[in-house]
Amino acid sequence: MKLTGAQVVWDSMVREGVDTIFGISGGAVIHLYHALPDYPIHHVLTRHEQGAAHAADGYARATGKVGVCIATSGPGATNLVTGLATAYMDSSPVVAITGQVATPAIGTDAFQEVDITGITLPITKHNYLVTNVEELPAVIREAFHIARTGRPGPVLVDIAKDVQAAEIEYEYPEDVQLPGYHLPEKASMALIEKAATLIQEAQRPLIIAGHGVVLAGAEDALLDLVDKTQIPVITTLLGISAMPEAHPLCLGMAGMHGEAYTNLALTETDLMISLGSRFDDRLTGPVSQFGQQARVIHVDIDPVEIDKIVTPDVAIVGDLKEVLPALVGILSQEGEAPGRLQTSEAWLERIQGWRNESAERDIVGQETDDLVPQYVMRQLWHATQGDVIVVSDVGQNQMWEAQYFMHHRRRGLLSSGGLGTMGFALPAAIGAQIGLPQEQIWVTVGDGGFQMNIQELATVVQERLPLKIAVLNNGYLGMVRQWQQLFFEGRYSGTPLLGPDFAQVARAYGIEALTVTEKKDVESAIDQAMSTEGPVLIDFRIVQEENVYPMVAPGAPVHDMIRRPEPVAKRPNPGSAESQ
Amino acid sequence: MKHTLVAWMENKPGVLNRVSGLFRRRNYNIESLTVGHSETPNISRMTIVLHGDDRIVEQVVKQLTKLINVTKVVDVGDTPTVVRELALIKVKAGPGTRSEIMELTRVFRARVIDVGAKSLTVEITGPEDRVNSLIGLLEPFGIEEIARTGRVAMLRSGNGSRAASVL
Repeated sequence: MKLTGAQVVWDSMVREGVDTIFGISGGAVIHLYHALPDYPIHHVLTRHEQGAAHAADGYARATGKVGVCIATSGPGATNLVTGLATAYMDSSPVVAITGQVATPAIGTDAFQEVDITGITLPITKHNYLVTNVEELPAVIREAFHIARTGRPGPVLVDIAKDVQAAEIEYEYPEDVQLPGYHLPEKASMALIEKAATLIQEAQRPLIIAGHGVVLAGAEDALLDLVDKTQIPVITTLLGISAMPEAHPLCLGMAGMHGEAYTNLALTETDLMISLGSRFDDRLTGPVSQFGQQARVIHVDIDPVEIDKIVTPDVAIVGDLKEVLPALVGILSQEGEAPGRLQTSEAWLERIQGWRNESAERDIVGQETDDLVPQYVMRQLWHATQGDVIVVSDVGQNQMWEAQYFMHHRRRGLLSSGGLGTMGFALPAAIGAQIGLPQEQIWVTVGDGGFQMNIQELATVVQERLPLKIAVLNNGYLGMVRQWQQLFFEGRYSGTPLLGPDFAQVARAYGIEALTVTEKKDVESAIDQAMSTEGPVLIDFRIVQEENVYPMVAPGAPVHDMIRRPEPVAKRPNPGSAESQ
Repeated sequence: MKHTLVAWMENKPGVLNRVSGLFRRRNYNIESLTVGHSETPNISRMTIVLHGDDRIVEQVVKQLTKLINVTKVVDVGDTPTVVRELALIKVKAGPGTRSEIMELTRVFRARVIDVGAKSLTVEITGPEDRVNSLIGLLEPFGIEEIARTGRVAMLRSGNGSRAASVL
């Protein structure tokens, strides 16, 4: 069968199961766009290529399938960069197609020419520049294989314009030829047995559940392990929703803004069982002071993560979906010391004590008429029962979401963890909603991040997506303002932020909108949004200088937290921090 | 501490950039890097000398292995290895010094490969310390130019005889 390069790309994608792509056209992809209508692929036109990359990422995170984005050469390609770096840091399977100037023009500084494979080298799992149409089928096949297998990640394929137009006798390759691409072999049973022994010996074990649990689809296996052993679980930000947060043994997110009991548990545990977490600095604080009493079991699919930050006592390289059932199998064997399988009551009681103490300080339990963001998040949880997908942005809003929304649904939280990309939430939610049209999806976003990709409201309308958008509007780049308040003499340099009337902006795009200025109206606004069929935006005008607590100051060990202030009535100065 | 790694990779455009980019991005301190063809068609062989403790070197090995085009990486470590470097040294030489330089060259089993009126070019192949020694001895004469290849390394044949290198 004779096809053009452009037809090869789309035919190959259909074979890879692609039915949706996100992108923007341009001169160097015009052949691709010309061929596209002949294939059963829905093209979502975003309003900026960054939006396309985040949408492909959001699609991938929500569905577990590879997300695809496309952009033209030069500025189209460079606009993908932030989105690809975001996907790379969070191990999200994305394939990006970019057009390149025609082969004879490469290297001449031609119009809209940029070395996108050079630029994206450190932010992709792999990338390709295709200058020969004969290579194209194998490259597309390899790109999808690399993106979705092992530790997933983004792959960029840059295709010269003349390659898109050239014809070849096309046959899609059955197999990939990648002699240097090593997928992890079956994990060693001897090491899993060793891990089981450490678990049986531990007095105060603690599981750290990371994004790897979600990526591996090992949620059931994790629950099984927890139910068998009664070991409590803390999660990383991206590990949230690896386990239902209402489970009594799920303590929630730990680290810089983890609840105090999670960080105290991290400090006092004598065995950390890290499952698909990479010991990010937002979790560990200074590594020299992290988990000093603990032995460490580290399970990861990527050998590079082993001993990168923390040196484990037992390191298992493998797929959690295989390792965890094997571990549970060993721990469940009848035999010696069956009594030691269950975590000690004293340890669980100690954690519960910390939990009770934290609850007393919690602002949502206190009497205040102020429209505090924590209350908004808590109400959102009450209204949805945690059974929706939340796509959170970055900053204070992200941490309040993580603290106050109890996720129940699997893959229920999508957020930019590693790169911390403001502007991620709206376009990522577009991708998620297109991948899962039946699900209710909430965007939670600050007024700063929202304005970084606000143009994608047009995409929401064009695609008729019923997204619900909650803007936590405090008129600041709030997380930086918080740092300035606590550590930089209260000098609010570059953080006060003037925004538009978001409700009016939304209406101008054709989106229903509400503005909430009082606490008493939060519940009804959320109810109204949920019962509306189409998209709704709620502009919550929250208390301007509310802070995220607890907070581990930069450079401090995780147990050394700035705790929540005393109840409002007793506060000498609203927003001031009490160190403990 | 100095380590020697040998890496094999597909001979594809940009692969050297991938490797050097990795070292730059991860802040690894490399001393030398040589690359050339291996015995297998389309597979290049790279010898990398770097500074770092065992933990860093293990990370480097894993990060290199993770590159899709890299097919194999070996940390030479304590394994018996033949290492060689080649250097071309252009040294000032006149009627009064030429014979002394040629004598030194002979002692080091190096070769004079070019003779001019005011200089000689010497080729030496050997372990780095021997190359360094010769350069040190030639310095007083006035070295005009040096080109060194960096280290290449190969594991000794495992025949149990612990055959010494011929040179």
